[in-house]
Amino acid sequence: MLRFFLTRVALVIPTFVGITLLTFAMIRLVPGDPIELLAGERGVTPERHAELRASYGFDKPVLEQYWIYVNNILHGDLGNSIVTRQPVVNEFFTLFPATVELSICAMLFAVFIGLPVGVLAAVRRGSVFDHTVMGAALTGYSMPIFWWGLLLIIFFSGILGWTPVSGRISLLYFFEPVTGFMLIDSLLSGEDGAFTSAVSHLILPTIVLGTIPLAVIARQTRSAMLEVLGEDYVRTARAKGLAPRRVIGVHALRNALIPVITVIGLQVGVLFAGAVLTETIFSWPGIGKWLIDSISRRDYPSVQGGILLIATTVILVNLAVDLVYGLINPRIRYRR
Amino acid sequence: MNDTPSVAIDPVKNTASAPPKPIAEFWSYFKENRGALTGLYVFIAICLMAIFADFVAPHAPNQQYREFFLVPPFWQDGGSLQFLLGTDAVGRDIFSRLVYGARYSLIIGVIVVVLSLTLGIALGLIAAFFRGVTEISIMRMMDIMLALPSLLLAVVIVAILGPGLFNAMLAISIVYLPHLVRLTRAAAINELSKDYVTASRVSGAGPMRLMVISVLPNCMAPLIVQATLSFSSAILDAAALGFLGMGAQPPTPEWGTMLAEAREFVLRAWWVVTFPGIAILVTVLALNLLGDGLRDALDPKLKRQ
Amino acid sequence: MKRTLIGAGVVMSLALSPMAFAAKTLVYCSEGSPEGFNPSLYTAGTTFDASSKSIYNRLVEFDRGTTNVVPGLAETWSVSDDGLEYTFNLRKGVKFQTTENFTPSRDFNADDVIYSFMRQFDKENPYHNVSGGSYEYFNGMSMPDLLKDVVKVDDYTVKFVLNRPEAPMIANLGMDFASILSAEYADKMLAAGTPENVDLNPVGTGPFQLVSYQKDAVIRYKAHPDYWAGKAQIDNLIFAITQDPSVRYQKLKAGECQIMPYPNPADIEAMKADADVNLLEQEGLNVGYLAYNTKMPPFDNAKVRKALNMAINKQAIIEGVFQGAGKVAKNPIPPTIWSYNEATVDDPYDPEAAKKMLDEAGVSGLKTKIWAMPVQRPYNPNARRMAELIQADWAAVGVEAEIVSYEWGEYLKRSKDEDRDGAVLLGWTGDNGDPDNFLAVLLGCDGVGGSNRAQWCYQPFEDLIQKAKVVSDHAERTKLYEQAQLVFKEQAPWATIAHSVVYMPVRKEVVDYRIDPFGGHIFYGVDLK
Repeated sequence: MLRFFLTRVALVIPTFVGITLLTFAMIRLVPGDPIELLAGERGVTPERHAELRASYGFDKPVLEQYWIYVNNILHGDLGNSIVTRQPVVNEFFTLFPATVELSICAMLFAVFIGLPVGVLAAVRRGSVFDHTVMGAALTGYSMPIFWWGLLLIIFFSGILGWTPVSGRISLLYFFEPVTGFMLIDSLLSGEDGAFTSAVSHLILPTIVLGTIPLAVIARQTRSAMLEVLGEDYVRTARAKGLAPRRVIGVHALRNALIPVITVIGLQVGVLFAGAVLTETIFSWPGIGKWLIDSISRRDYPSVQGGILLIATTVILVNLAVDLVYGLINPRIRYRR
Repeated sequence: MNDTPSVAIDPVKNTASAPPKPIAEFWSYFKENRGALTGLYVFIAICLMAIFADFVAPHAPNQQYREFFLVPPFWQDGGSLQFLLGTDAVGRDIFSRLVYGARYSLIIGVIVVVLSLTLGIALGLIAAFFRGVTEISIMRMMDIMLALPSLLLAVVIVAILGPGLFNAMLAISIVYLPHLVRLTRAAAINELSKDYVTASRVSGAGPMRLMVISVLPNCMAPLIVQATLSFSSAILDAAALGFLGMGAQPPTPEWGTMLAEAREFVLRAWWVVTFPGIAILVTVLALNLLGDGLRDALDPKLKRQ
Repeated sequence: MKRTLIGAGVVMSLALSPMAFAAKTLVYCSEGSPEGFNPSLYTAGTTFDASSKSIYNRLVEFDRGTTNVVPGLAETWSVSDDGLEYTFNLRKGVKFQTTENFTPSRDFNADDVIYSFMRQFDKENPYHNVSGGSYEYFNGMSMPDLLKDVVKVDDYTVKFVLNRPEAPMIANLGMDFASILSAEYADKMLAAGTPENVDLNPVGTGPFQLVSYQKDAVIRYKAHPDYWAGKAQIDNLIFAITQDPSVRYQKLKAGECQIMPYPNPADIEAMKADADVNLLEQEGLNVGYLAYNTKMPPFDNAKVRKALNMAINKQAIIEGVFQGAGKVAKNPIPPTIWSYNEATVDDPYDPEAAKKMLDEAGVSGLKTKIWAMPVQRPYNPNARRMAELIQADWAAVGVEAEIVSYEWGEYLKRSKDEDRDGAVLLGWTGDNGDPDNFLAVLLGCDGVGGSNRAQWCYQPFEDLIQKAKVVSDHAERTKLYEQAQLVFKEQAPWATIAHSVVYMPVRKEVVDYRIDPFGGHIFYGVDLK
């Protein structure tokens, strides 16, 4: 077990080094000059331009820049944003909780609806329910979520006025962030109605971001269940006269869960990608929107640091899923 | 990660009892699936619409009717049959733009699939045949790309190449590589251990011949399914890039770009926002139905049930 | 405070929740996050709204809603006869804000002025390199060359010594970068080893003080209780950061905010019809232009430039590109600036005459480029569309133009090249309301190869604006600038295209909001019904 654990962790290191190289290289390939962009129509003199370049270290040889970059990463320093002059790490971690909160809610939404619906559809294979659910799931899977978000805003915020248009909580509630997670902070604040307000702001973004994972999970659960239900041991259990509920709940579901967990793990990357669009539509103050803004401003250190941190998160989550998977399924440990 | 392709087929089992008539057999399974058939019909209709856009569309896609800004669809007050689905902010006929937009979406799908499939198969086969350093470096590279959320990676690539339809397609093709490479490699390694490969190797076939003539055709089934699936995701992702202003540039009637342009009219003119989205949804849904049908028809495991 | 349980469905009604009764809260749906809270470090208007306009004051200020200079932290000032010494008599009894990490022990005095300028001017100042240490506006207004010294005469008198006379100096000191910070706070933070706190947790003398800031979400201020000009009528000021203009309008309609900037041109009609909303409008302090490269033949011939100007249908541009929210420009400065020459006659739209003039100049089969910038700017909402229209107009007189574009930073850089090929679409938004800020920056000889995109150095024009720069008599300056505009029109280094119109949708309950001609957003003096 320890060996399995160590190999998995060791594999992460070259990937990580590769990512530092990749982000570093990509940023230097992007055309455009952040200094010119900041100066705008006003412009800067060539001398001042050279001075500023030097102050960002852009004048050094590329290899040396990379060396400094990696060295700084090892010291937990991802540089300062060119736009705000604040450390990238600070910027990232003030916005990160918003994205995590939204992603977790979307994932919970997807799992709590996707799993039972998938199981039911498998059990009642071929029924009207099955067809409806699978049709809806495929539609969800085909959904351009940026459009879906706009539609929901038009309908629920514009026409019905049920949900707020954007933001994380009504502006009337004011408390200092403790955890950065609005749901928790609003409870901690003790203000009446703050929690309800935070929830109401979360509903539409959660639905939009959760749609595709929901569809994937529902489909995957159904097919995994079908496979398991066809296995001999389940048939035996049935033949022995065990209650169908027990057969499905205890024997089938437990085994069907293994591939489903993998799929859930894989959805983490998908969630980050979806967060870029969802945050743009709902003006959600998270890292997806921040990164897109940083790219268009050519804020190199922010883009570089942001991508590195996101990639690290994805790698760590995948590693965790791998390890959990290894625990559940001993056969995996010896797979190459 | 676990990447044993769930859709791998076993040619031996496939031909165990009946004499091999693969296409007829495939079709007989496929046509059982009503969803897949519907998907196929819709997809054919969209293709026809794209090919004959010049005849289908009542107006030219970029023709601006200066007197008809934001006319609603024909069934609403103020709408007319002249503009079936209404007009946009500068008086262009939305229906005609959607019809021409189908061309872009199909082209995006085809180019992305061709590009990513070619590159992905090449890299995957190389990794499978030349183990060691080559394989490790290719596969590590793919791991690195997988660690970056696909849309984000595509956005960065477009930022490097500059916004535009072709660059968006290129970026999406690159983003799709890791899955295809892994799939090809896994399938090829599986095939390489089989007797017929050993036999042809013993009889002196060169690596190129082995790769392309012996092994590749036998790993095609999962790749075909993956390709139809990437066809639909390519359309979605290109639309998303267009929506972020990084795909096709206005006035190109690409559906995602149309949506991005229409965003400011969300509250004022629902039709400019709604119809391009429906067009994307219907096309992608049809392709996914088709892809599902293909997979079921090609997957022997499900056939047995 | 009694609150009933509010269900998720009725969140909209929160706009009238009990807090709104307890204190007057003005919510402004701002368009983006500020870069930071020290206005001298940054250049974006969004940053100035959040810092200099609310938290700080300057020695002189612009009267709200106009470009007139009025006393600020300086009560009076005088200029020496040679125009090299500016002496300011400072206001007494001005209190700095008291915040969580700073309680002022003294009133505002000359030390604060010295600190605020020396930080930017003196490279040896301990604060010079704090927070990245680049002062682009200070540099951009050539302060390092202009200033010789800033001297404290006594506690309430400060003298600025210049290297050369500069008539717009007073107006420059009203600009955002010249905001006055607290020297006492700076010293305290330096002693504590946390100098960057000065920029992160600002302390100023202005009408509002910062309470909290959450990036991309919200900025909260409360009224500065001891503000020298009287406490603001509103008790709390909130910036709800909302990037998307349609979402901003949604929030405005729902009453989630009372004022929003930069509406969608598409929503203007609906706003005009909206009973809850007052739509304020004013011409912007900007100009959008097309600059020829006057160094490259055949554009070195004024006649060719004039002919091309006459081929452009500007009215069509106002309708097609500005959706009516603009005004045809005939001068290089906007009409809201003093010395705007009403007498200038614009080039008429006359393709026939244009064709003839081109023939006379011996130009035929001309091929050129039109540069269209890739971004939306206040003076040009859609450069690409504008370029397409000009392209079509020029085609009608036999000039074939290709539209080119680059990434924005690249565009700004490349368009400066003296041997650039083609005409560039660009524009300018004024900083201090002085004509010099347009004419010298954009058309002076110093700007060739830089901000003078026409690469136009014409001695008669240059003489006029240089003279106007050093004369301090307002009437004489006006006359010189009026003349300069006529010279400009006759030489036609640009096609002047348009001045945009600024729209501000404001809810009915807002009292006395005034559009700032400089494009800022100022909330002191605003009240709620």
